[in-house]
Amino acid sequence: MSSKNAFSSPVGKKLITGITGLGLVVFAVEHMIGNLAMFSGNDAYNEYAHFLTSLGPLLYVVEAGLAAFFIFHITNGIQIWYGSRKARRIGYDTYRSAGKPSKQSASSRSMIVTGLILFVFLVIHLVSFKFGPGGPGNADATYVTTVAGVEMRDLAKLVRHKFDSPYYAFGYSFVMLLLVAHLRHGVWSAFQSLGATRPSLTPTIYGLGALLGLAIGLGFIALPLAIYFHII
Amino acid sequence: MADSMNIKLKVWRQAGPNVQGRFETYTVPDANPHMSFLELLDVLNEQLIKSGSTPVEFDHDCREGICGSCGVVVDGVAHGPQRRTACCQLHMRHYKDGDTIVVEPWRAEAFPIVKDLVVDRSAFDRIIAAGGYVSINAGSAQDANNLPIAKTAADLAMDFAACIGCGACVAACPNASASLFTAAKISHLAMLPQGMPERKMRVTAMVNQMAEEGFGDCSNHAECEAVCPKGISISTIATMRREYMKAMLG
Repeated sequence: MSSKNAFSSPVGKKLITGITGLGLVVFAVEHMIGNLAMFSGNDAYNEYAHFLTSLGPLLYVVEAGLAAFFIFHITNGIQIWYGSRKARRIGYDTYRSAGKPSKQSASSRSMIVTGLILFVFLVIHLVSFKFGPGGPGNADATYVTTVAGVEMRDLAKLVRHKFDSPYYAFGYSFVMLLLVAHLRHGVWSAFQSLGATRPSLTPTIYGLGALLGLAIGLGFIALPLAIYFHII
Repeated sequence: MADSMNIKLKVWRQAGPNVQGRFETYTVPDANPHMSFLELLDVLNEQLIKSGSTPVEFDHDCREGICGSCGVVVDGVAHGPQRRTACCQLHMRHYKDGDTIVVEPWRAEAFPIVKDLVVDRSAFDRIIAAGGYVSINAGSAQDANNLPIAKTAADLAMDFAACIGCGACVAACPNASASLFTAAKISHLAMLPQGMPERKMRVTAMVNQMAEEGFGDCSNHAECEAVCPKGISISTIATMRREYMKAMLG
């Protein structure tokens, strides 16, 4: 069997979506914990960001891997959605879920919508922060600071500046709620796609997945709201 | 009769595969709580025949929930509101006088409509023909317990073998995926020694055939398990994926 065939098969697509999805969850957890460094002060946040950029080639490898994960996750998600549209061209006049043990929910039905919004958000987010003032290819002397004698980008200043705007603070928070919805179905779904067979474990995996999604989302929301309401 | 019911039916009518269908609304004034849902359709058809109209086509055979022939979407749920039964086992006592019931065929491109509520489910036959069998010579019947099979494996094989191929999983799936059906057939044989020699070929061929037929991909909504008249668990889909991964790795 050719590898192309395996990866484009109904099972292969789910494996790729599941593996990349779980990888992106690990990234989200790491990113969210990194954000919380701001609660220890601007210097702690800037030092953490500086530590990441100072990894140099290692960071580029991780970034390339992340980009590949995003691309595979998104293209597979779109393919699965498009395939489902093609598989039922005429829909039902009346349709409803039969209820338990169905896991069908607003979040499971809106994966394509929440996913695409998250992708648009990702682009805006990278342009605003990573490639924003003081970032790669965008040198800006007003966004440079010195922490413990080391000159580094003042990312904290940029973050505070952006989240002083209600559009950024609430827009970001709203998209993170969509991430919670995406992960409510996504985490459990990934495990099912990777062959977690035991039905007795399903409620536990589903519950823990949803809780993890909620924790990630709330962790992300904490920073913009804390800045907007001048808590930190 | 004291328990007579007046039931309104909004039924999908379609004269043939390539013609435009539409909903027609009928009233069955002499329904009663003891009749099955299919008997309600029988009464409707008698009414239609008496009035010179064409009766509603629907598939049915055993009418005891074991053959997998019947199947329509009743008020938006495949096989109707009662869990773990085909619609032949759904009785009118679930409804009350004056109710309106919407009846539609399974909707999937891989299940083209033949007429009214009848769909062509031969896509399932082709998935089976791709590998849902044992073709090696397994020899004559063994002595009892000569081939030890763990109780858990035997039980699971039996659970998966319970699939009657009705197609409700496809009908209920938001993606019109045939994963539950295909997985049940693959997993059933993967649990037993007779299925072992061909297991890798089987999972690959059947999964490929499923895609070939134009069914959607699974998004783990688990709606299939909720409507399956045999209550087959989506754990069978996870088993199919494990089987597929093993086949991919050689």
